[in-house]
Amino acid sequence: MSANYILRRLFWAIPTLIGVAILVFVLVRVVPGDPIAMMLPPGATAEDVGRLRALYGLDAPIPKQFVAWMGDVLRGNFGTSISLREGVVRLVMSRLPATLELVIVAVAVACAFAALAAVGAVYFRGRWPELVVDGLSGLVLAIPDFLWGLLFVLVLGVLLPVLPISGRIDPTLDFNPATGFYLAEALLRLRWDAFADLMKHILLPALALALPLAAALTRVLKGSLIDAMNQDYVTLVRVKGYSRARILWRVALRNALIPTVTLTGVQFSFLIGGTVLIEYIFSYPGIGNLAIAAVNQRDLPLIQGLVLTFAVLFILTNLLVDMAYSILNPRVRQS
Amino acid sequence: MKVIAVLRNPRVAFGVLVLVVLIVAAAGATRLSPHDPLEQDLLNSFQHPGASDGDQSHPLGTDSLGRDILSRLIFGARPALIVAFVAALFAGLIGTALGLAAGYFGGRLDAAISRLVDIWMSFPSVLLCIVLAAVLGAGLHTVIIAIVVIDWTRFCRVVRAETMLQKSLDYVASAVTIGLGPGRILASEILPNVAPLLLTLFTLEMGIAIVVEAILSFVGLSVSSGVPTWGGIIQEGRLYVNQAWWLMAAPMACIIVAVLGLNALGDGLREAIDPVKAR
Repeated sequence: MSANYILRRLFWAIPTLIGVAILVFVLVRVVPGDPIAMMLPPGATAEDVGRLRALYGLDAPIPKQFVAWMGDVLRGNFGTSISLREGVVRLVMSRLPATLELVIVAVAVACAFAALAAVGAVYFRGRWPELVVDGLSGLVLAIPDFLWGLLFVLVLGVLLPVLPISGRIDPTLDFNPATGFYLAEALLRLRWDAFADLMKHILLPALALALPLAAALTRVLKGSLIDAMNQDYVTLVRVKGYSRARILWRVALRNALIPTVTLTGVQFSFLIGGTVLIEYIFSYPGIGNLAIAAVNQRDLPLIQGLVLTFAVLFILTNLLVDMAYSILNPRVRQS
Repeated sequence: MKVIAVLRNPRVAFGVLVLVVLIVAAAGATRLSPHDPLEQDLLNSFQHPGASDGDQSHPLGTDSLGRDILSRLIFGARPALIVAFVAALFAGLIGTALGLAAGYFGGRLDAAISRLVDIWMSFPSVLLCIVLAAVLGAGLHTVIIAIVVIDWTRFCRVVRAETMLQKSLDYVASAVTIGLGPGRILASEILPNVAPLLLTLFTLEMGIAIVVEAILSFVGLSVSSGVPTWGGIIQEGRLYVNQAWWLMAAPMACIIVAVLGLNALGDGLREAIDPVKAR
């Protein structure tokens, strides 16, 4: 895979982003309720309303507003949040690292679970571990993911209080991170107490977020592993005297990853979308939680900034999945 | 009759049972519920399930304002069922109309509709939901519109594929031969043959709609807080989860049973109506 390929993909993301920007801009401008009226106390005069509209640039004609807005966006100026009275870019940037850490931990958890479950099920094919894996992945997929988050809160947070169910870090902990990437920073500064606390907080939301992906990955990976185990190259290494476990981990797994990445690419984007609810359920201070607050407050500048941020995340996720695919599959890399 | 045979399928039977319970609860909420779902009784807040003091009995306990949980759950079946029926109906109507047209006429129309579906499905539903909720504001109509706007593609894709299959069969060719127009063929020849599939999709969509309604009422974007909804009860329960875990557990159980029931009904119908294809 070449730098050329990546650049080309990034270039094609531009029209998609402009499309999302136009969609968001237009839709938000046709809102029936007046967001300005909601910001002012009852009894505000028409003059006050007018001044506030001018302040947020909502008094100009729509095309003019769009040109001004696009110009601002290109210069990295997304305006000021109406409800929080803070720059949208600053708000999003201060929350984004939390979401990214959550997503990365969730993907790692899902991949680890899926690899263990699928390899285990194929190794013990036809015996009880396979039935357990099949049953559990079916159960995980049957119950919607937002209920898994709530079930974790209920069971692991309250009935057997083993893990914290809200926030990102214990506020009494003496840890003053310089960046938003708390986990990475705790690790680099060798602050094991902070790292352990952060992991405790992130575990339940990450697990809730990871479950649907883990179940989908397990199913596809298991099927691909079974296919791979019937291939000639596996018979060959078996004749050479490799053990069954070694064949599974070293030979079959690598070949089974290609169809798995292809078939589960979409699931990775679902995971990004899943952060919105999971962060809300666990009061985790990321951009998903911010998005729900913004919608509830009808904070238009913030909503626009967040939707564009999510669009960028979705595009990048798709790019990463494609890159993983071409790294795994030499045939695609060469063509 | 065939209906009896279909009901013998255990999944269908379970699904029908769940659906009937839901409909009865929603329709007879005023008669069935032991209390007024909005009636507050601050002296008896956070009652345990099964606790009864004096003349008041609360089989599933009470919430922070002393309101009866069982009654609130029964009334909560109403918004859930309304959203499930209306949203699945409109998503089905739009998706089926476009799917029939794309599958039957093919060519440029099919290319245009299929492309639209692809673009639509690549757009993350969470973003669409956020934007729609921001534009429309909170309310039951927002929930229904969001589901229809996001999920019509499910119907469209499946109906298109099925219509293309049906169109290649002899009975359609004979209908063309005897001079029936495309509208007539679609309505009275192809549609009845697609109907069993539609029934399955409709049932599955109802399950999805119930979850979406719960999610949106959970985050405060469905009906106003005066009307009890399952998601709303969960949200209230979340605030007091350390004092009263049952506030959250009871509505969660309702949603899980409703969704599992409707999914079982959809899957069971697919098996029962077309045992060959289900394999």
